[in-house]
Amino acid sequence: MAAASITASAPPSYLYYRHTLPVRVMHWTNFIALTILFMSGLHIFNAHAALYWGDSSYSGRPPLLEITTREGANGESIGVTRVFGREFVTTGLLGLSKYPNGEPNQHAFPAWATIPGGYSLSLARDWHFFFAWIFVLNGVAYVLYSLFSRHLARDLAPTGSELRNIGASIVDHVKLKHPSGEEAKRYNVLQKLAYLSVIFVLLPLVILAGWAMSPWLNSIIPGWVDLLGGRQSARTIHFIVAWLLFLFLAVHVFEVIISGFWNHIRSMITGRYKIKTGARHDASR
Amino acid sequence: MTPRDKSRRRLLLGAGGLGAMLMTGCDRLSSTEWFPKVLRSSEVLSRGAHQLFSSRSSMAQEFTEADLSPTFRSNGTSMPEGEAYQALAKNGFADWQLEVGGLVEKPVKISLTELRAMPRRTQITRHDCVEGWSAIGKWTGVPLSSVLAMVQPRARARYVVFHCADAMGGSLTPEYYYESIDMDDAMHPQTILAYGLNDKDLPIANGAPVRLRVERQLGYKHAKYVMRIELVESFANIAGGRGGYWEDNGYQWYAGI
Repeated sequence: MAAASITASAPPSYLYYRHTLPVRVMHWTNFIALTILFMSGLHIFNAHAALYWGDSSYSGRPPLLEITTREGANGESIGVTRVFGREFVTTGLLGLSKYPNGEPNQHAFPAWATIPGGYSLSLARDWHFFFAWIFVLNGVAYVLYSLFSRHLARDLAPTGSELRNIGASIVDHVKLKHPSGEEAKRYNVLQKLAYLSVIFVLLPLVILAGWAMSPWLNSIIPGWVDLLGGRQSARTIHFIVAWLLFLFLAVHVFEVIISGFWNHIRSMITGRYKIKTGARHDASR
Repeated sequence: MTPRDKSRRRLLLGAGGLGAMLMTGCDRLSSTEWFPKVLRSSEVLSRGAHQLFSSRSSMAQEFTEADLSPTFRSNGTSMPEGEAYQALAKNGFADWQLEVGGLVEKPVKISLTELRAMPRRTQITRHDCVEGWSAIGKWTGVPLSSVLAMVQPRARARYVVFHCADAMGGSLTPEYYYESIDMDDAMHPQTILAYGLNDKDLPIANGAPVRLRVERQLGYKHAKYVMRIELVESFANIAGGRGGYWEDNGYQWYAGI
């Protein structure tokens, strides 16, 4: 284990090999693929910016969510978002925004949030399906690696005592207190549960709901899509889970930033995480 | 510069580079010649995987009368322009004839009356548009396989091309809508030439007199206003060469996804 250069004022510390090379490679592959899937997915949503429940979109029931452009009281265009029939004006962000050149953009999600930026459904689908393959193959490789290298059992599965002390971990998270020293070598219990629910619930669900939208895959076992409530329900689930993954990413990045940004970034690139041997709990970072 | 500064700088460049690549680089990549081709390579993977996990005649889900959409949405062309089509429509398509030719032993011309007299199939299926919406309709028509049995495809025939009456774009030289499917889809029991929707004659808005139903693929494969069917070995020399109007405009030929 290589020791870090230590300056006089810093507490004693050393670099601990925390993330193996396969985990690091698959982490960043997953990050890139999911980001592109999310942004190209928002673009595909723009082609028909409404969500429904059931088999079809034209069932006589109104959509659950709808983002559109309509005329305002003074004849101007406004962007609106309707959720369960309640309308919110979302001009500037949803339903009506601006392209980088200042031209009005009447699509649901703004150009800066989508891939590609300029409207092209066919190109967005190409981006989406290419990176869907990378994402799925990477995910399968990760699950196999995690099982056989015991990454799953060793690093991700919470122990009984961890689960019993989950209350203390919740309090620590609320207080933005993060483990240091020996404890920082392991994931904490909330972190483990968050990673496990993303890996084994949200990601499989988003894949399944994506497959459920394919008319050809529907025909493999006719009717299997009904398990998700029908094709349009599957589309709604796909959309919701995509945003739950975005929420996970936001919390994940927040936690990385407040618990030692560069240390985490280094450990996910080189594998080495700095452990301070002096301090017990470091609440300031 | 200490080693630590160096590693920080590397990390900063790495993180910045990653962000820049994702946010602005994607559009630059999209506009290159080669990158869209890389992206498009997934079409082969998806189609291959779908065929691996399904049989040639895996059936699309069929629904009940209770599931029917109150009105079946018309998308794309709802009234083809052009005098020839208008004249056919005015006469209730009594003068319409479906030409079936190309790589076949016995080319034929079939009238609507003759088509209606052939054994029919009725199916309540879900229509999935590439845009994301779905609608459920009850389709009545003649299995394409029966029509192909009449004309006897030659061994070289690999694709069935549908030439349509709707002129797209409206420029001086009209590009007519067309589509193509492979022989597996052509022989599939649910692939029909539909002349009825929800127990009535197929409305003009939905493709009268006849439209294709190819139930395991997205809406744009279901060619409306079919005038002529041609069996070919390759569609490389037809229009833009990609096997369909939307395919010529960037969409995937395989629309099972």
